[in-house]
Amino acid sequence: MTERTRIPLHRDPKVRAILVQVLAAVVVGYGFYSLFQTTVDNLVARGIQTGTSFFDEVAPFQIGFTPFFDYTLGQSKYIDVFFVGIQNTILVAVLGIIAATLLGFFIGVIRLSPNWLVSRGALVYIEVFRNVPLLLQIMFWNFAIFLPTLPAPKNSIAMGAFYLNARGFHTPLPVIENTTGVAIWIALLTVLGIGLLMFARRAKVLFEETGQRLPVLWISLAVLIIGGYIFYLVSGSPLSFDEPVLGRFNFKGGGQLPLPLFSLWFALTLYTSAFIAENVRAGIQSVSHGQTEAAYALGLSRKNTVNLVTIPQALRVIIPPTISQYLNLTKNSSLAVAVGYEELVAVWAGITLNQTGQALVIIGMTVAVYECLSLLTSFVLNWYNKRIQLTER
Amino acid sequence: MSEVKIFVPAPDRLPPSNTLGPIAWVRENLFGSIISSIATLLFFYLFFSYVPPFLEWALIKANWTGTDRSVCEANTAGACWTFINVRLEQILFGLYFASKPEELWRPTLIFVLFFALLLPLLFERTPGKKWLSIILLGVFPVVFYFIVYGGSFGIPQSNTTQWGGFLLTFALAFVGILLALPIGILLALGRRSEMPVIRSICVIYIEFWRGTPLITILFMASVMLPLFFPAGVEFDKVVRAMIGITMFQSAYTAEAVRGGLAAIPKGQAEAAMALGLGYWRRTVFITLPQALKISIPSIVNTFIALFKDTSLVSIIGLLDLLNMAQTAARSVEWKGYDIEGYLFAGFIYWAFCYGMSRYSQNLEQKLDTDRRN
Repeated sequence: MTERTRIPLHRDPKVRAILVQVLAAVVVGYGFYSLFQTTVDNLVARGIQTGTSFFDEVAPFQIGFTPFFDYTLGQSKYIDVFFVGIQNTILVAVLGIIAATLLGFFIGVIRLSPNWLVSRGALVYIEVFRNVPLLLQIMFWNFAIFLPTLPAPKNSIAMGAFYLNARGFHTPLPVIENTTGVAIWIALLTVLGIGLLMFARRAKVLFEETGQRLPVLWISLAVLIIGGYIFYLVSGSPLSFDEPVLGRFNFKGGGQLPLPLFSLWFALTLYTSAFIAENVRAGIQSVSHGQTEAAYALGLSRKNTVNLVTIPQALRVIIPPTISQYLNLTKNSSLAVAVGYEELVAVWAGITLNQTGQALVIIGMTVAVYECLSLLTSFVLNWYNKRIQLTER
Repeated sequence: MSEVKIFVPAPDRLPPSNTLGPIAWVRENLFGSIISSIATLLFFYLFFSYVPPFLEWALIKANWTGTDRSVCEANTAGACWTFINVRLEQILFGLYFASKPEELWRPTLIFVLFFALLLPLLFERTPGKKWLSIILLGVFPVVFYFIVYGGSFGIPQSNTTQWGGFLLTFALAFVGILLALPIGILLALGRRSEMPVIRSICVIYIEFWRGTPLITILFMASVMLPLFFPAGVEFDKVVRAMIGITMFQSAYTAEAVRGGLAAIPKGQAEAAMALGLGYWRRTVFITLPQALKISIPSIVNTFIALFKDTSLVSIIGLLDLLNMAQTAARSVEWKGYDIEGYLFAGFIYWAFCYGMSRYSQNLEQKLDTDRRN
């Protein structure tokens, strides 16, 4: 007969686990509390009352580039600076993501080209741009290349209605002439879009029933472009284009991407595209050769093999790391401080912090914005991963 | 009796001559199809219109000698490497050591020592690798402190505000990886722990630092760190940057180690449990060594990213390699030679990052034992 020996309390894993966790919670909690308290006290000692009341004070500095915000010196408040910063961050991130995706996919595909020179060229591109610090690249393009070599506004490099000079990149901008016309146009386009969606659904049903495939993408594109233009004429051409015109010193009218934004966008695109290209290459190579061979054995044409077998499987591998690269690009856009583009970190965590000294609130809000973006990215990633898991066989 | 006929195979015929040799290679790899031929021609056109002029500027017509800008102004067709040559000590070792020629042996010795320790580690067959790595990670930092920082053994103390150049970049990156490794391992273990409180603390820590751009963290370190401590506690700027970088890097290291831990089959830990090993012995002797070995490539990759990211300290005013090169190129004596400065600094960064990435790729191939396709 054996008697069940009681485990002494300090040896019981359950008791220990609870103890360790309580201890950890207390230590971390107290650590945070004392850090926060010391910081607030230190700020008070410097004459700064931590709080959000400075939001409504008028910001004493001008921001040069505020395309989506009516920012006026002497009227706009500190909190407006925050929103201008976020908008400018989003602007450069969106521009960068679009360009880096296109360039990255192109480089990644030609990296696997059967042409030896082309694939080596792509390799050199990737290895050069991803192994040099982004900050150095941004400064190099801005200070060593664009600023000294681009011409003054008077001698701008003209590309149609687009102009490039040492002040920045000037583009024509659509202007709404007739509000009802635009409303009619958008309504007609919406009807067109719904029609195309129904068509795509019908095409899918047709494919599943008969195996016949319609070139949905090409038909939709053609209908959208031609139909869109016809509807534009029907609704009375409600838009006009405000083209940049050379004034005495600089261009007037149109849209302007200031040179820092242009350099930042350029460098971010080159840097991120090198990483995306590597993802694309790895993704395409991850589709085993047996898949392609099997598709050929089933009699699929080369085009169908690529479109229906290789690309869908490669995309599964390519998309998750590429989404992470988008987040990296957005975070990297904060390096704009170096060239003076007015995004969140530069105007908010930089200028506003220097002006107000509200370190706790300002850094907290800046970090919060990036944390939100990062959480959003991981939600998208998790959702995507779950979705592709279901289709896995 | 009939004669026994022995079958004598005819000698193998050679492959058709148009599939052999350099011409066939060119035909297949450069002119395989119409598109490929166009691409080749386009490539040659771009190559010959950009590369020879660049080489001519950077090498053939470049200025290498001399001590001031008059040499470069006399010959503007080539790059002005004279500038780099004159300012080399600043760019590599920073203002303090460049201004004191009699102290230059200190950073030089440190780099010689570092490479003497590191190079044997890169080869697989070196004996006593374990001891070498212990010296590199344990003894070398101490030597670095006493020689570069000084202040004892009759070595004059160097002023950290005047640290700079590649030496500072190296110091930041080395301290970052050295301190981040143990913290990262603990965080990775914590993130896989079964205790919910510990796990959530680690998850929040890791995701917080990973979600924030390093430049914000450096701002935080330079503006807020002094606020976190009671008045009177002072850190110098370099230490602040090191703290920020360590926090940031430990989160990334933790994720790399976690990947390794996740790849270890559960049976390893279960077998250790069956043998009666407790959590720490199980971890230290069974799972962690295996996990660390697999995660070396990803740790090296995070280290490459860190090495590039140390350039961000130039934004908070430290004179690292990038900032030193830029400052030198903006000085009165050498104004206008930005391209040379950036190219030189860029080349150093590139050489290190490319070397490390090749090493980690090699390692990955060696560790990748499951054969696909």
